[in-house]
Amino acid sequence: MEIHELKNRINDPRVIENLLKAIRKLSDRIGPVRIMHVCGTHEHEIVRFGLRSLLPQEVEIISGPGCPVCVTPKRDIDRAIFLADRCIITTYGDMYRVPSNSGSFEAATSEGNDIRVVYSITDALDIAANEDKEVIHFGIGFETTSPASAAVLIDQPRNFSILSVHRLIPPALSFLLSPGEAKVDALLNPGHVSTIIGTEVYEDISKKFRIPQVVTGFEPADILLGIYMVMKQINEGRCEVENGYKRAIKREGNRKAQKILKEVFYIKDAEWRGFPEILDSGYGIRDKYEEWDALKKFEDELGDFVYEDQGEKGCRCGEVLRGLIKPEECGLFREVCSPSNPVGACMVSSEGACNIAFKFG
Amino acid sequence: MCLAIPAKVIEVDKGVGKVDFGGVLRTVRLDLLEDVKSGDYVLVHVGFAIEKLDEEEAIECFKIWGAYGDTRA
Amino acid sequence: MKIKMEDGAGGEGMARFLETYVLGAFSNKKAGEIGLDDLDDGASVGDKIFTTDGYTVKPVVFPGGDIGRLAVCGTVNDISVMGAKPVALSSSMIIQSGLDIEVLEQVLQSMDEASQEAGVAIVCGDTKVVEENIAFFITTSGIGEANSALAKNIEVTNAYRKYQSRFIVDRELGEGDVIIVSGTVADHGATIISLRKGIEVESDLISDVAPLWGMIETAMNVGGITAMKDPTRGGISNVLNELSAKSGVGIEIDEERIPVKREVIATSEMLGLNYLDIASEGKVVMGVLKDCADDVLNALRSTKYGRDAEIIGRVVDDHGGVVIRTRVGGRRILHPPLGDPVPRVC
Repeated sequence: MEIHELKNRINDPRVIENLLKAIRKLSDRIGPVRIMHVCGTHEHEIVRFGLRSLLPQEVEIISGPGCPVCVTPKRDIDRAIFLADRCIITTYGDMYRVPSNSGSFEAATSEGNDIRVVYSITDALDIAANEDKEVIHFGIGFETTSPASAAVLIDQPRNFSILSVHRLIPPALSFLLSPGEAKVDALLNPGHVSTIIGTEVYEDISKKFRIPQVVTGFEPADILLGIYMVMKQINEGRCEVENGYKRAIKREGNRKAQKILKEVFYIKDAEWRGFPEILDSGYGIRDKYEEWDALKKFEDELGDFVYEDQGEKGCRCGEVLRGLIKPEECGLFREVCSPSNPVGACMVSSEGACNIAFKFG
Repeated sequence: MCLAIPAKVIEVDKGVGKVDFGGVLRTVRLDLLEDVKSGDYVLVHVGFAIEKLDEEEAIECFKIWGAYGDTRA
Repeated sequence: MKIKMEDGAGGEGMARFLETYVLGAFSNKKAGEIGLDDLDDGASVGDKIFTTDGYTVKPVVFPGGDIGRLAVCGTVNDISVMGAKPVALSSSMIIQSGLDIEVLEQVLQSMDEASQEAGVAIVCGDTKVVEENIAFFITTSGIGEANSALAKNIEVTNAYRKYQSRFIVDRELGEGDVIIVSGTVADHGATIISLRKGIEVESDLISDVAPLWGMIETAMNVGGITAMKDPTRGGISNVLNELSAKSGVGIEIDEERIPVKREVIATSEMLGLNYLDIASEGKVVMGVLKDCADDVLNALRSTKYGRDAEIIGRVVDDHGGVVIRTRVGGRRILHPPLGDPVPRVC
């Protein structure tokens, strides 16, 4: 069977119809629910397929901290821009227009710096192999993207290093759910992060915070299935971790990828844009691979890197990320802050909740 | 969280495989998986295959949902 | 303030750039009914249509065509979607010194073939050679004339609703009109993106670049066409939003009916892009009176470049802007893109 046939089978109109019917029945029984997902791609697909227009009013899907672009601190972007005059910076497209204090990668490029968008980290390696100038890859992404960075460093490539801004999801979930921070009845966990880390790792979150979780895929039917499964748990008073994306996720995750991750990265406390520092929520490069850690390799040059924090006045990205307010409730939304003039990163990324609320509204 | 797209493995050659996204072929790295064979479905993210996809499981899972109500031809 | 890429990318960013800097800079902006401020595909000079466009495509040669074919077809199509018959083009070439002569020969040959197919003459031009690393830039301008097919179209349309302009403009889409696209969308843009350094894919993707005068003439001879635009940069999202805004009407689109090749879907899914925002170079988006829609559709399908034409939506009166009904039945607002699509991974 071809890919598109498999997709058509999964998103068959009868499947969608029956899932919506079951969700409506459950909604009548359990009343209003606030279900949070923490994934930019979940938000993008929910909006792209207009799923909110199909769901009952009482089923509210809110968007948590889910895109590396939204959560990567400006300090790290500025640090990469600072190094851009002596190195080639490679980045994924998402970061290209993210505003930081010294402009953005796009602005820095128009000022003559060599900052290139790549589809894969292997393309960054090709550039490193063919250029004299050192290449620094801006390593964004969560547990789905970090193994690729690790696999590349294990080969000890020449003329190449990574500025790691990789983050972990479970610590952010725990931070989000700490009492009073976010009003959330259930969680849709990110499907592709979970292909790597599995579902077991979420289990103590359900126990500690008494909250149902379903690891969810990305087809419209997958998302509706995830919503149905958490609502069913609420209706039955259960607080478990269920796997709603069985075709891709095993309970223990991808052991080989986890091994490669551990070989290259260690877990450290890390800063998130819009949040205070979160314990054990970032990947640092181990000393064994310090030659490929841009922070170490360019330690001297970074000596004169100065970063003054200019908190965007009125920007409430942090609260949007935590699901405490909707994008529309932020004073800057639409008038000051728009995709063509993004203040916070949630407006710049095509995944950010504010960008999507502005575009797909 | 991350854009991972399903693709069908066409051929495998040591740590690298050629996959088909639906009329578009690309070479992807297989470092993160074990014994990938042609004909397998994999999820691809930033040029790496990050997990195998179980086609039967997908059909089983959604067959139940499709079976209710009228089953059009 | 520095000029940014999105200022020239055919989306919302460029629209703002033009309003802020360009439109305000000129005092005399009209030489006929349609002027600069209309930002239509062409302007009118007396009873003729006049337009111009710059071409900087990279790579210079690509599956399905090259910058030469693109430069002729792009301007021929801009004239044709005004309902005018292209009669004369100018061609200004700016070439990087060191470019292979064979490339120039191929480009010139393509320009000749496309202009013959469109029945248009290349009557004047200019050539410059520069040291900058630009490879090849071509700017073509063109003149189009009123013609019997256009007259027939206006006559048929007037039987239902008075059509104000002598040509086919963006601002006369009316309630109940049907939206037709003349074939698969985003072929050109997806082909170019797939050739970009770092994407490294193999596919049968091929640009749809083609001169559309013949197809449009055939459709106008049936009549009832109330609007026409070629969905180049910014894709059909851009042109649908332009038509909606300029005509002050709401448009409803069914995503399922939009013809799109599976390779284009695969490329856009792989790179996290929306194919509705990606350029075509051989397609037209038309508004057609409801009663004439089927005949126009059949006429389009009888032509070489209109075989896959489809009705994709209609003008509605219950909302403004463009709303799309998605494949699973949900509804959402279709916004114009900000600038060129940038691949994303998250």
